Amino acid sequence: MSRRSFLSGTTAATAGLAALETAVSEAASAASPAVIGPNPVFITLKVNGSARTVAVEPRSTLAEVLRGQLDLTGTKIGCDRGTCSACTVLLDGVPVASCSLLALDVGERAVTTIEGLAEGDALHPVQAAFIEHDALQCGFCTPGMVLSAAALLARNPAPTANDVKAAISGHVCRCGTYPHVVDATLAAAQARRS
Amino acid sequence: MAKLTQGIASVGLGEVERSVPADEAPPLAPNAALSVIGKSVPRWNGRQKVTGAVRFTADVNLPGMLHGRFLRSPHAHARIRAIDTSAAERHPGVRAVLVILGPNGGGTTSATAEEGVEATRRNVQPIALYAGQAIAAVAARSVQAAEAAVRLIKVDYEPLPFVIDMDAALAPRAPVVFEKLEIQPRSGGGMAVINLPLVGNLRGPARTSRGDAAAGMAAAEVVVEAEYRTQVQMHCCLEPHGLVADWRRDGLTVYASTQFTAGVRDELARGFGLPMSRVRVITDAMGGGFGSKSTLGTYGRVAVELSRKAGAPVRLVLDRAEEQVDSGNRPATWQHLRIGARRDGTLAAISLESRGTAGTAIGAGVGNVAERMYTCPNFEQAQSDVFINAGPGCAMRAPGAVPGAFALEQSVDELADKLGLDPLALRDRIDPSPARREERRIGADLIGWDRRHPAGSETGPVRTGLGVAQSLWGSNVHVTASCEVRILRDGSVEVLSSVQDIGTGSGTVLAQVIAEELGLRPEDITVRIGDTDFPAGPPSHGSRTTASITPPARNAAHQVCLQLLALAAPLLGVPPDDLRVGGGRIASVSNPARSMSFREAAAHMRTEQLIAYASRSDDYAGFRARMGDAALALNDIGGVQFAAVTVDTETGLVRVERMVAVHDCGRPINPRQIESQIHGGILQGLGYALLEERILDAATGHMMNADLEAYKLPGAFEVPAIEVRLLENYQGFSSTDAYGIAEPALVATAPAIANAIANALGVRLRALPMNRAAILAAIGAGKDAGR
Repeated sequence: MSRRSFLSGTTAATAGLAALETAVSEAASAASPAVIGPNPVFITLKVNGSARTVAVEPRSTLAEVLRGQLDLTGTKIGCDRGTCSACTVLLDGVPVASCSLLALDVGERAVTTIEGLAEGDALHPVQAAFIEHDALQCGFCTPGMVLSAAALLARNPAPTANDVKAAISGHVCRCGTYPHVVDATLAAAQARRS
Repeated sequence: MAKLTQGIASVGLGEVERSVPADEAPPLAPNAALSVIGKSVPRWNGRQKVTGAVRFTADVNLPGMLHGRFLRSPHAHARIRAIDTSAAERHPGVRAVLVILGPNGGGTTSATAEEGVEATRRNVQPIALYAGQAIAAVAARSVQAAEAAVRLIKVDYEPLPFVIDMDAALAPRAPVVFEKLEIQPRSGGGMAVINLPLVGNLRGPARTSRGDAAAGMAAAEVVVEAEYRTQVQMHCCLEPHGLVADWRRDGLTVYASTQFTAGVRDELARGFGLPMSRVRVITDAMGGGFGSKSTLGTYGRVAVELSRKAGAPVRLVLDRAEEQVDSGNRPATWQHLRIGARRDGTLAAISLESRGTAGTAIGAGVGNVAERMYTCPNFEQAQSDVFINAGPGCAMRAPGAVPGAFALEQSVDELADKLGLDPLALRDRIDPSPARREERRIGADLIGWDRRHPAGSETGPVRTGLGVAQSLWGSNVHVTASCEVRILRDGSVEVLSSVQDIGTGSGTVLAQVIAEELGLRPEDITVRIGDTDFPAGPPSHGSRTTASITPPARNAAHQVCLQLLALAAPLLGVPPDDLRVGGGRIASVSNPARSMSFREAAAHMRTEQLIAYASRSDDYAGFRARMGDAALALNDIGGVQFAAVTVDTETGLVRVERMVAVHDCGRPINPRQIESQIHGGILQGLGYALLEERILDAATGHMMNADLEAYKLPGAFEVPAIEVRLLENYQGFSSTDAYGIAEPALVATAPAIANAIANALGVRLRALPMNRAAILAAIGAGKDAGR
């Protein structure tokens, strides 16, 4: 059974059940919840400060829409199940795994991707510190690490090393950049305070 | 003849005379006298990486690009009677369907492109040799359409008995994985000997020896003998294996996540019968390979075949589960090691027997650390592969040496115990390497070795331990490595090579070496690499990139600089050999008032650019061995690592509190980048020691932890305090005298932790991983044994 026939079948069954049990008018059955999809629907995402309207399939994750339709490929997909955190973006400043969030569910929340962290040519202090402390190797986990570290500094301007480890504890880095990521994030916090 | 610096900087430097070819750059001073080399300058592409601008393979999005997906075998072993792809071909959006033919399975590493294309021509039917083996592939307009079409492919499997355990595979009447080897299974690893005898599932052994091991062992006054087991470790590259193939009438372009652009180009040209000039391989950035992305791979060949068939570009990227099952792994091993010594500690004989399994591949040997680390006149080893119905292994960071050192370095510690010697004192006696002697001295001081207590002497529930172990790795050089350096008329400089930067910072060291030679800053050098349209660079495996590409880069910079000086000399009214570059200027040595800026001199060029090309010359003192394009330098690269652990005897939890890593890699060019790589080696070694393990289901042969959550990796909280020290170990071997670091950074880690655990508990663990269950079992067994 295709996804399409599954969805339309469910709709018919739901409508039929409603008619049988309540024996109400056709108007009531027409008022049953609208089914979204499987065809693309238009949504407007607030991404990096601008409103972007895109047609997305309801099953599309935020990561897929960012990478595939908005060409924001700095968001990486490493596991596609919320384990490795390479796909981390900020939703109203809070780190989330964009591979495990449907684009439809983003709603009004502001999305910040790695492309939107710097202000023009001026790097975010965390980005500058990552370069200075060599807190990256292959660079695949780096966008997510940078965003989680930046979110930490936004909510805690004076973190300890343990705070940084907690903030990046969901991020998998096979190159082993963790020690330099901790150094860089603490240095960025220091730089912002002074 | 030229005089070059020789010696270890912290011990004392001297000079050595070598015959140096005339067109080489002149001898380079020690780092202390240089302005760019030896400094931790920022990574060349750091800005692109922290802003998300750098392009990985899966980020490539070409117009009209299709998406590929694989159909994989649900059976661990099955004959394939028929495959019906007709429904898949009719599915909306599908543009090409391909059955992956060939006798050795569709594993990522199991056949070259040439063998795969030939198998397709001969219509050699596939056999499913492990659960998760690629059987067929689809290219469609979307990933979802490709996945739907894959499910429509009907395969008529005849399930066969299978074996997934190495010991069971050696039992009489065990299911046989290969009836015969039509194609030598690939290893990608360095330790595979081809054309060994195959009996049942046992292939080999490969034997080497020197002296008379039996006589040496008989004459030994003390013998330690033990068996060791190591598990299968997964690479877990964060960027999955993948390729974007764009087959066109006038040539083939691929965007590959690869450790060897030039090698993939050559493999594609041979496999598909194309001129090398019509194949282009591009790797802008690569998200981890660790040995598993050294060749085109079956996924790469399939992507190209799908693109050719569909007449459109195809992106084929593995998902995480596929990545864990079918992109290679570090083989499991069993080792039986005997070391015989005299009372004074000098070694009399070493005898090693090993069996390992790389699933359906070969290359599960344990390397040559036992053969070469210590001075011992009598040695023998026999290493065999065992085939099982599991995903093929391939090279993984220091293949062979990692399991090999786990055994050797524990047995050496055990020998020290038996002789009543300190483990460092014994190594001082039997280790011929002056570099490691200095590394032991520095590391012992840092870790506080003099505070190490006798093994098992603590009595509380949480016990501490200190351990040490050593790395040995061959110093590899790729002799075809080449690059071009250009000065453009505005004074800008660029370096061009197909060498890829897999995260090690090869682009940074290129810029540093060239900037030093031209008297410029590293940021003045535009680095254009990872593209086979440029001169062929070396592979990034075997810790050879820096050793291979920095000498030609410096030599090309020297040559192009001579051209610029020849142009500047008449303008300044002095002979060219009176001119030196530095600080962005060209100045006369005899009359420093006569000078001009580098940029001003370039403006006088008659052409738009000056160009020099150089390829890797032989090491000045020659090579130890030469195998095709690869060579082994006379030196080894290595290191010594110390671990401080705590072991909770009630829960079995091991915490690595500190690691001290002291390493040598010839001349360090960028110490911070080297430190980053050493962190990575230690963390992969820590995972190997304590956490990581592939688990196969006995009933089905499926991998039970083909993900990143049940497959346990070290995270931020498992990271110990790591202190890194680097030797400057000058040997006068090449124009940069720089060698590699990636692999030795990992070799010593697991045995250092194991020796620290033995020091904490007074009980030795000889199997990996040393997880909580293993620790508790070992403590229990130790108690039973009366400890």
